[in-house]
Amino acid sequence: MSQYVLRRLLIAIPSLLGISAVLFFVLALAPGDPFSELATNPNVPPEVQAALRARFGLDDPIYLRYLHWLFAMAHGDWGFSFVSRMDVDRLILQRLPATLYVIGSAQVLALLIAIPVGVYAATKPYSLFDQIANTLAFIGFSLPTFFTGLLFILIFSVTLDWLPFVYTTDIKATGIHYVLEMIRQAIMPVAVLGLFQAASMTRFVRSAMLDVIRLDYVTTARAKGLGQAKVIVKHVMRNAMIPVVTLIALQMPAVFGGALVTEQIFRIPGIGSLLISSILSNDTPVVMAVTFVFACLVVLFNLIADVLYGWLDPRISLR
Amino acid sequence: MAGLTLASPSAERGVYSPWRETWRRYSRHKLAVVSAVLLLVLILAVVFGPFIWRVKINDIDIVAGLQGPSLTHPFGTDDLGQDILARMIYGGRISLAVGLAAMLVSVFIGTLIGALAGMSRGALGHGLMWLTDLFLSLPALPLLLMLIYLFRDALKAMFGPEGGIFILIVLVIGGLRWMPVARLVRAQFLSIREKEFVEAARALGASPVRQVVKHILPNALGPVIIAGTIDVAAAIIAESTLSFLGLGFPPDTPTWGRLLFDAKDFLDIGPHWALFPGGAIFIAVVAINFIGDGLRDALDARRVI
Amino acid sequence: MAPLLEIKGLKTHFSTDDGILQAVDGVDITINKGETLCVVGESGCGKTVTAMSILKLIAMPPGRIAAGEIIFEGRDLVPLTSSQLDEIRAKEIGFIFQEPMTSLNPVLTVGEQIAESLRRHENVTRKQALERTIEMLKLVQIPNAEGRVHNYPHQFSGGMRQRVMIAMALACKPKLIIADEPTTALDVTIQAQILDLLQDMKERFGMAVMLITHAMGVVAETAQRVVVMYAGKVVEEAGVDALFADPRHPYTQGLIRSIPRIDLDSEHKTRLEAIGGSVPILINPPVGCRFAPRCKFAMNVCTAKEPLLREIAPGHRMACHLGDPQLGGAA
Repeated sequence: MSQYVLRRLLIAIPSLLGISAVLFFVLALAPGDPFSELATNPNVPPEVQAALRARFGLDDPIYLRYLHWLFAMAHGDWGFSFVSRMDVDRLILQRLPATLYVIGSAQVLALLIAIPVGVYAATKPYSLFDQIANTLAFIGFSLPTFFTGLLFILIFSVTLDWLPFVYTTDIKATGIHYVLEMIRQAIMPVAVLGLFQAASMTRFVRSAMLDVIRLDYVTTARAKGLGQAKVIVKHVMRNAMIPVVTLIALQMPAVFGGALVTEQIFRIPGIGSLLISSILSNDTPVVMAVTFVFACLVVLFNLIADVLYGWLDPRISLR
Repeated sequence: MAGLTLASPSAERGVYSPWRETWRRYSRHKLAVVSAVLLLVLILAVVFGPFIWRVKINDIDIVAGLQGPSLTHPFGTDDLGQDILARMIYGGRISLAVGLAAMLVSVFIGTLIGALAGMSRGALGHGLMWLTDLFLSLPALPLLLMLIYLFRDALKAMFGPEGGIFILIVLVIGGLRWMPVARLVRAQFLSIREKEFVEAARALGASPVRQVVKHILPNALGPVIIAGTIDVAAAIIAESTLSFLGLGFPPDTPTWGRLLFDAKDFLDIGPHWALFPGGAIFIAVVAINFIGDGLRDALDARRVI
Repeated sequence: MAPLLEIKGLKTHFSTDDGILQAVDGVDITINKGETLCVVGESGCGKTVTAMSILKLIAMPPGRIAAGEIIFEGRDLVPLTSSQLDEIRAKEIGFIFQEPMTSLNPVLTVGEQIAESLRRHENVTRKQALERTIEMLKLVQIPNAEGRVHNYPHQFSGGMRQRVMIAMALACKPKLIIADEPTTALDVTIQAQILDLLQDMKERFGMAVMLITHAMGVVAETAQRVVVMYAGKVVEEAGVDALFADPRHPYTQGLIRSIPRIDLDSEHKTRLEAIGGSVPILINPPVGCRFAPRCKFAMNVCTAKEPLLREIAPGHRMACHLGDPQLGGAA
């Protein structure tokens, strides 16, 4: 098993390198050399300009610049945000927890909805429950997160005045009230993202269950007199989860997209809203680094999915 | 058991033409039929709407600002008193056009890469599939934002503010969504390549290009059409998301996403402003997705359930 | 003595887009305690559906038991719910399936899959279940049973997996084993081993076996009594010796003539015969005898009137108009 994890880790490295290369070359191809903004600013004295050019290696051939940049990134030298007046890595570390908190809770919520609904719908295909669940799932992933977010604000904040629609990091409360307030303000963003995720996950779970439920070994399990619940959970679900893990991992880029929008709507100070504000203020080092962090997170989740896959399917890890 | 015995009687009864059979299977999906009608209405509305609803999109009338739906303004007005219906008709043209154009881009790139990967058995095929997997794990929206941030000004200078952004958005959305099509096309290639009729064509000396165009691509058409349909919906969402984040079309171009962006600070006093464009995006997307689902029933013979 | 299992007038139907598929249409089968009964027929003739109907292992819907009784030890199984049947499944009636490659759950160890049956039906601890499982694996001659019990199905060969399936079916010592083409998917050399093992186990535990097969060679080797099915119906039933010595139904005769014989010397060798055509689709079955379209001896009455099972000798029944005294024809 540990050997399998190691192998997967080694496979993740080329994809990270590939992604970093894509990002870097896109940046390098962009007109007007965004890195050199300071270097071409007339208010900056020429000798400082030259020093900056040398520091960024702007006059080197492109592959050298890429290696240089990669080396700096690997050393934790992610550049300096001139807008926030702090190191990019510190800025991102400050913002990351909020993003992970919202995304993580949303994933948990999505799983809590998708697994029971998808499993139950698959045990009674084409029943009324199945049809309703299916239609709702379809509507769910056709509703863009920015619209659901606005609808939620309209209903729960503006009309009913139940929940706050602005997320804040400095809550004026302590102890249990602080925790409650943290939960209360996260309800809407987590629900928006979680329901969106749950919609597609429900469909994955249902179709994976239907694929497994008609297999021979399920009949074998029935012939043992195990009872419907046990057959479904132990024999069908356990096997159906294997493809579902992969599909969920493939969804991760979309999840981060949804998280970005959600952060913007509810003004959550995560890395998504940081990306938007950096774009609006031309803060290139931050734009670059946040995009790379998103890419790393996707690779990380793929890695987790691979490990789960190996754990769920004995045929993989032993090969 | 039942599934096996099912196939033969309907095959024997196959007096229908393929198109009628396709339509028969599509029409069994009621929501897909309703969606097709709905989408058609939407398309007709944005294409012919301006000839019937002749209100200008930028007639400012501050006094009549933020009014709810009425006879003079069926969808109400925004904070500057501009007619939301007229703006939505204009924006709908852009949203639907972006969706279609981006789909064409992604289907084109995907078919090309999938076909190349499917034909070559060597390093090229492996390399292209690695690239496909790499693109699948790129965080699309952040990358989309970054690309637009980097190239916006250059294209604006070349093609004007609206045209430049249109080209950029279409290329970038299409360029980040070709992977499913590439995988489908490649899978079709691998399964069809060894089939008898392609072998026969090869034996008869058909050139590789001819084999691909005449024999393999038509067979890959079904899954690609389905994926393309879903791509239109995804591209509409992507464009709306960009506009909603304030990073899509210029502020005075009222795409549906941009309308929502402008409306979001007036939710308490003018909810209609957000509800109509949001509803339009939702209807367009859900209709296209249901059509894709109906097409899956109709075209994908392998799908049993 | 009352029979162990008595199937009376069983009809199992499947609803399809094109109509009702009458997969099993009025089947009577009796199995006595401790005997081996073979059910033979081509694929698609309803053997498997009949067997699966006994414990309601067919998919419902679209499947449905439309009529009939299935009496096991004096109790009708048809009206029972699935959870009531769970008490009989594996405990009283064990099942061995055709495809050892797909009939075992790939993500559970074989030991777990055998033990779960024991733990469901017998009051045993986890440890006792494991011990019994190892014992069963030894019984079906799996080498190094103590180690193999923790292996997954993909680590076994096809023949070994079928041994595991047999161990699983036997674990709770059922009174009846239903084996659905247990050797079809296996290599010829392995087939004989599995049949021998099955015979061994039957003698050791004294259970009855219902063996479903399409291979007449298997029938000749294992059966005491034989039921021949065609298109959802029983067409002939006899003791194994009587059936091979004096097959009466043209379909049975065809089946027997299609066996390659190596025991005959070259003078007696004839060309191997095949039955032309194939089993009809049972959505709108032909009126009269369902075999008539493929039958060399078909008469006018065959396409008009359905032949019923009748006793032609003690313990020998068949359904064919040929030689029916009431029709005045000659065999």
